[in-house]
Amino acid sequence: MIKTFLLLMLSIFYSGILSAQSQPKPTAEEIIRAVDRNMSAKTTVLESKMIVHGRRATRTISSKSWILGQDTAFTEYMSPAREKGTKMLKIGNRMWTYSPQTDRIIQISGHMLRQSVMGSDLSYEDMMEDPKLFERYNAVLEGDDIIDNIVCWRILLTARTKGLAYNSRKLWIDKERMVPLREELYAKSGKLIKSLRITEVMKVGDRWYPRIWIFKDELKSNSMGTEWIVDKIEFDLNIPEKRFSKSGLRK
Amino acid sequence: MINFLLKGVLRDKIRSVLSLIVIFLGVMFATMMVGLMAGIFDDFIRLNAMLDTGHLKIMTRAYDELSDMAPNDLAIIGVDSIISDLEEKYPDLYWTPRIKLGGLVDVPDENGETKNQSPAIGMGIDLLSAGSKQAELVGITKALVRGRLPELPNEALLSEKFSQKLGVGPGDKITLLSSTMWGSFATYNFVVSGTLNFGIPAMDRSTMIVDIEGARLALDMDDASSEILGIFKNELYQERRSEEIKSDFFGRQEMSEFGLLMIQLRDQNDLGLLMDRANIYITFMIGIFVFLVVLVVWNFGLMNGLRRYGEIGIRLAMGETKGHVYRTMLIESLIIGVIGTILGMLGGLSIVYYLQEVGIDYSDLMEGYNMLISGVMRARITPGTVYVGILPGIFASLLGTALAGRGIYKRELSQLFKELET
Repeated sequence: MIKTFLLLMLSIFYSGILSAQSQPKPTAEEIIRAVDRNMSAKTTVLESKMIVHGRRATRTISSKSWILGQDTAFTEYMSPAREKGTKMLKIGNRMWTYSPQTDRIIQISGHMLRQSVMGSDLSYEDMMEDPKLFERYNAVLEGDDIIDNIVCWRILLTARTKGLAYNSRKLWIDKERMVPLREELYAKSGKLIKSLRITEVMKVGDRWYPRIWIFKDELKSNSMGTEWIVDKIEFDLNIPEKRFSKSGLRK
Repeated sequence: MINFLLKGVLRDKIRSVLSLIVIFLGVMFATMMVGLMAGIFDDFIRLNAMLDTGHLKIMTRAYDELSDMAPNDLAIIGVDSIISDLEEKYPDLYWTPRIKLGGLVDVPDENGETKNQSPAIGMGIDLLSAGSKQAELVGITKALVRGRLPELPNEALLSEKFSQKLGVGPGDKITLLSSTMWGSFATYNFVVSGTLNFGIPAMDRSTMIVDIEGARLALDMDDASSEILGIFKNELYQERRSEEIKSDFFGRQEMSEFGLLMIQLRDQNDLGLLMDRANIYITFMIGIFVFLVVLVVWNFGLMNGLRRYGEIGIRLAMGETKGHVYRTMLIESLIIGVIGTILGMLGGLSIVYYLQEVGIDYSDLMEGYNMLISGVMRARITPGTVYVGILPGIFASLLGTALAGRGIYKRELSQLFKELET
């Protein structure tokens, strides 16, 4: 009886190993496409908090964003009081901001795009970035690593086109859930510019999505990091087009 | 006798004119050289002190670590009480808050949307508080090209070139985009009250100057400032006193991240090294120049003595004593030296005064330089400019004559008539 049980267990164990070995290893492109499927949608509406840790104080800024495809987005800041009513609109590679204190619609361009948003570790360029990695980068699967006890693919992305904010990126992607858990962003010179860690992932419908992101601007020696927490996210909702117009900034 | 010698000097042009010209030119150039060197160096130190370093500067330790980035999130808080305390303890200095601004200046069109924009560097200076002399000390009053100085916290001055680049002038509205000291997004509307031309290329490119209260409102820095500058009331850097104040202040501060740190002018922007080197170079260059002038004037004194070989022979043959001849020659030389030196000093000081008040504008050659160096070369009248001509002007010619005159004592009376026959 015992022998039969052991034989059964061994056969289950070996068949498991063999089936795992026989499972074909995905290519870098397939992994990146899977990540893009999780992270991108036709439309996204999300409510989030940005916690900026400074040397003197920590600030929490909450906002609501409406995102259409890859290159159109509208964000309204809800709190704190000084930020409340500030809005940002991104259409393609152009960006405008509205502040109720000055009643001005100001275009953010050129050098200003590399400036920090609300004193955080994120730049306007980061906010404007197209998250569909497959379309912008060539991917190379470098190997496996374990991040926070989770087995990850290590992928190196190199820009296909000029003019991207980051020339190369290194991602550690959760093999199971196909979301990035770590990312390092590099300049053309090879210098590390930013890093990000994802410490919590949530299930939204049939996809996995990062809930807590921690950004760090590696060029800011006094940076204590910025947490970005997604409180609520919905995909593929109908968003009226007028939401993404400059006139909507003043409303 | 002096009257007699003076008449002789003035009437005998060969004896006086050439000597006077040589001494006049030598003294004039020496005076000019010293005035120009002093002016350039003083200007450089003063500019740095008034615009950036102060004679003493206070900031937080955390701010000091990253001061190149002007991190206003690490600024000083509770500035008013700190300044009252400083004014009580060190009354020989003006203590004034400064805020360094960085961001984007945006110009609206008729719909309030972006028409033009450009990055700007700026300063919040105490322009409006009662009795503030900052506008004069920083040179804003002199630098005004169009419009007027700010009269309200929401008024701003732009450098003339920057205002032209943005296409704005006095009365136009501009918006500053920056970050508050708490890291928030800062937008603030200012009205351009006037434009400035500092004559300093680094400042004339894209500078915006606002009153400290305007900067505080824009960057949410209530009772805060990036730095507090201390400027000696006589406007001259006093190294020993600065050192004393710094040591005294240091002993009363916390060593925490946001504790206050005081630094002297010479400890900032490598100014100490520069000051030491400049002093050595200036002394060396003036030394060489004065030495050359001394050589020329002395040589001229020697030549003059030799040229009058025959005249001296006749005077000795006629019974004048050797000592009397020697003394009269020295007095003549002294008279010529004094007249030449006074004329040379007047000439040199006139040029130095002109360069002090007007200067030579070479700012076109400074395009692209980011250092706080004035684009207008100015000289300065200092005690040195008055005294420096005396050495070559009076003493060198006197020494030359004294050396040449030694020959008088070597001449034998028995030989004189033979020499005079030929």
